[in-house]
Amino acid sequence: MRREPPRSLADYAPIAFPAIMLLVFFVIPFSTMIAVSFFRRDPAGFYSRDFIFDNYERFLSAFFGGVLSFSIMLAIVVAIICVILAFPFTWLLSQASRRVQIVWLVAILSVLSLSEVIIGFAWTTLFSRTAGLTNILVWLGLMSEPHALMPNFGAVLTGMVYQALPYTILVLYPAIVRLDPTLMEAARTLGSSPLRSFFNVIVPAMRSTITATLIMVFVFALGSYLLPQMLGRPQHWTLSVLITDQAIYQSNMPFAAAMAVFLVLMSLAFVGLTLLVGARKGAEA
Amino acid sequence: MSGLQLQDLTKRFGSVNAVASVNLSVPQGTFVCLLGPSGCGKTTLLRMIAGLEEPTEGAIVLDNKDMTGVPTHQRDFGMVFQSLALFPHLNVGENIAYPLRIRGVDKAEQKRRVEELLELVRLPGLADRPVAKLSGGQRQRVAIARALALRPKLFLLDEPLSALDAKLREAMQVELRQLQQSLGITTIVVTHDQREAMTMADLVVVMGEGRIRQAASPIQVYRKPSDAFVADFIGMTNLLPLKGNGDLLGRSFPSLGMAVGPRGGHLSVRPEDIRLVSPDQGTLTGTVTFVRDLGGTIETFVDVEGTSIVAVTTPRERTPYVAGDNVGIHLPVESCVVLKG
Amino acid sequence: MSATALRRIIFTFVGIFLAAPLVVVAGVSVNEKQALTFPPQGFSFNWYQQIFTDDSWRAALINSVTLAAASAALAVLMALPLSWFLWRRIAPWANVFRLLGVAPFILPPVITALGFLTFWATIGAYGQPWTAAISHAIFFITLPLVTLSLGFASIDRSLVEAAATMGANDRTILRTVVLPLILPYLISGFAFAFVLSLNEYIIAYMTVGFTMETLPIKIFNALRYGYTPTMASVSIFFVVLAAIIFSLIARFGDLPKLLGALSGGDK
Repeated sequence: MRREPPRSLADYAPIAFPAIMLLVFFVIPFSTMIAVSFFRRDPAGFYSRDFIFDNYERFLSAFFGGVLSFSIMLAIVVAIICVILAFPFTWLLSQASRRVQIVWLVAILSVLSLSEVIIGFAWTTLFSRTAGLTNILVWLGLMSEPHALMPNFGAVLTGMVYQALPYTILVLYPAIVRLDPTLMEAARTLGSSPLRSFFNVIVPAMRSTITATLIMVFVFALGSYLLPQMLGRPQHWTLSVLITDQAIYQSNMPFAAAMAVFLVLMSLAFVGLTLLVGARKGAEA
Repeated sequence: MSGLQLQDLTKRFGSVNAVASVNLSVPQGTFVCLLGPSGCGKTTLLRMIAGLEEPTEGAIVLDNKDMTGVPTHQRDFGMVFQSLALFPHLNVGENIAYPLRIRGVDKAEQKRRVEELLELVRLPGLADRPVAKLSGGQRQRVAIARALALRPKLFLLDEPLSALDAKLREAMQVELRQLQQSLGITTIVVTHDQREAMTMADLVVVMGEGRIRQAASPIQVYRKPSDAFVADFIGMTNLLPLKGNGDLLGRSFPSLGMAVGPRGGHLSVRPEDIRLVSPDQGTLTGTVTFVRDLGGTIETFVDVEGTSIVAVTTPRERTPYVAGDNVGIHLPVESCVVLKG
Repeated sequence: MSATALRRIIFTFVGIFLAAPLVVVAGVSVNEKQALTFPPQGFSFNWYQQIFTDDSWRAALINSVTLAAASAALAVLMALPLSWFLWRRIAPWANVFRLLGVAPFILPPVITALGFLTFWATIGAYGQPWTAAISHAIFFITLPLVTLSLGFASIDRSLVEAAATMGANDRTILRTVVLPLILPYLISGFAFAFVLSLNEYIIAYMTVGFTMETLPIKIFNALRYGYTPTMASVSIFFVVLAAIIFSLIARFGDLPKLLGALSGGDK
């Protein structure tokens, strides 16, 4: 069969349904959201039509500036920790037998698909006074009495790393599996130890993959909104939390939309950066 | 006129002429081999005949019917692909029955025909076997059986034996030729293997750079190549530079000069036609540089005025020379071919 | 230190980290009394029974499964013709729709959620259960789109050509060759979308949060009024369900390949 350009109307038919669905239910909602960000809040309903910049101006306050920088800082820390943990793990996984790989992949997918609610609930339990980690330490005699390990920044960070780690592994997996295995062998035959070959050969060879993964995990972590609420204090809330809060509880959809638009622009900027890194990687190859 | 006619068939990809105005007439029942190096346009030509590529110009006529615009699925040609293209989700019997099934042939008739075809390709009783459980040679036969299921008017094969090892390939060549003769079906095979073409074909079509360089019987192509390209591609040959004044490696042969014309060309001599004689008796003389004794045959490489000439002899004819020997080279007139250009 | 020992240490560490919270939740889910204690006191499967016998939990479960099945089916119905078109036709402009299909999955979900909220509110359909199904289908179309694109790419085009030489037209080829070959990819695309929709919180919450309770919404709401062991048993139920579905995909499909590795070798 030749691949050929569509000629008749019937040739276009298959794409009609998905195209209309995506336009109506993704492009239009997205545009609606952008439009709403310029509307005026209406305490009686959702909003009233207008064209104002108040929602964006309000965003430029010290409070929201603080939330924004905290969100970014948190996402960066999560991304770095996840890549540091996931990279050696994924590399070792790619060296394992196919069966071992499949078992791990099933486990990782299962954790990845876990609802943020369930992750939050699981970690609140693990960090709780009555059923948590400290009970084991008490039982081992390392601690006199159990106490709660949350809410605090460490708990938020742990929960978010837990959420993002499977994602990080699955983003790294294809690139690492395709890595030429002879690269490492070549280094070994030249007398380098496994650990040294890993850092001197594998890590530099994957530099652009690592950068791209960092950015993707960063964007992923920006999306976390339940864990900061469940494991942290109000000062640990992120932009995603505030957007939900404004939209649902403060009934200020225009302001929520303005923050969301801002978050989109920021994410797009980082995704664009990823593509740029990818393109440069392609040019090198 | 019954049979297949290709008229000025041309295929351009952008500015490249993959196939350039090919004219060919194939009588009903002929076994044709399209032969040439990779990239010579032979596969594109076959795909145009099958309707898998649209010709830029020209026409394909079968039994006086213009097939040029007919879509592939209405041509009713049988085709075997280089990858064999057996359906992995169907077993052997289902693969062979596929063309019958999509035409709504009834189950019992499908079953009968599958058994008949498996018998024909000597794989009786394998109908329920999954395709993945077959050997290379068996897959080959299944692909052939499937292509023949509809009793096509034209049987097309694209490098069908290239995935097989050398021994099996030679056996299959013979088998394929016998099968074609028993069915009397017009067959076109694409190959880059000249031995394969010599074994099977009634008509060898040598292609180079999108054009037909020569179309003739195997022995004609071997004995009387039309140009240096064909002579060089078909079998081993010695192409000796021949000047317009009749100068051949330092010796003068005015009659050869007349034959080749003022612009010169080549003299083609097959290695097995060359006789090595004592230095004073030869048409040319030279020094042996290397001897390759292959047991069954001996290849002797002789340097004449900087040109290497190879002669093939059998051990029974004489004992091998050794490097450094001076020898005479006898070129029998009847087996020399003068090639212009 | 040998490479094997290093691998064992790192695998063990990651394994414990991933498993620890689930082990504790599994522990508290079998507590005999309604208390949050670990190690568990007594042993009982009562809280697992609760998921199916308690009216509100059962309703949430049914809501979630219905939503997941409907949205995954709709996502596949959109992804199949789109990926087929992209494979069959030369139409560079159509890649815009591939991009649109992947975009919601890459952006932070709160954005897509808010987009849906404003959209449904604007057209006056806010809170209708079917809006959640459409929203999830759009959000998760990425998954069947990716698996199906992989599936189409893995079809040897000579198979299609062979079918054509044997007399099959476009429609017959689609039915007898293409669909059977991409079926595993279609099923895994559906399964991925199904499992993720089952667990999704924020889009469901922003679209139908006040009119319909899915299980994640139910767990979160229940948490506000204090602890009940049923949330632990539901969590474990979901993990096990996901593990079973992904194991089935691995059993009948090529999981490493689906996740982007080269075609499965026999390593």
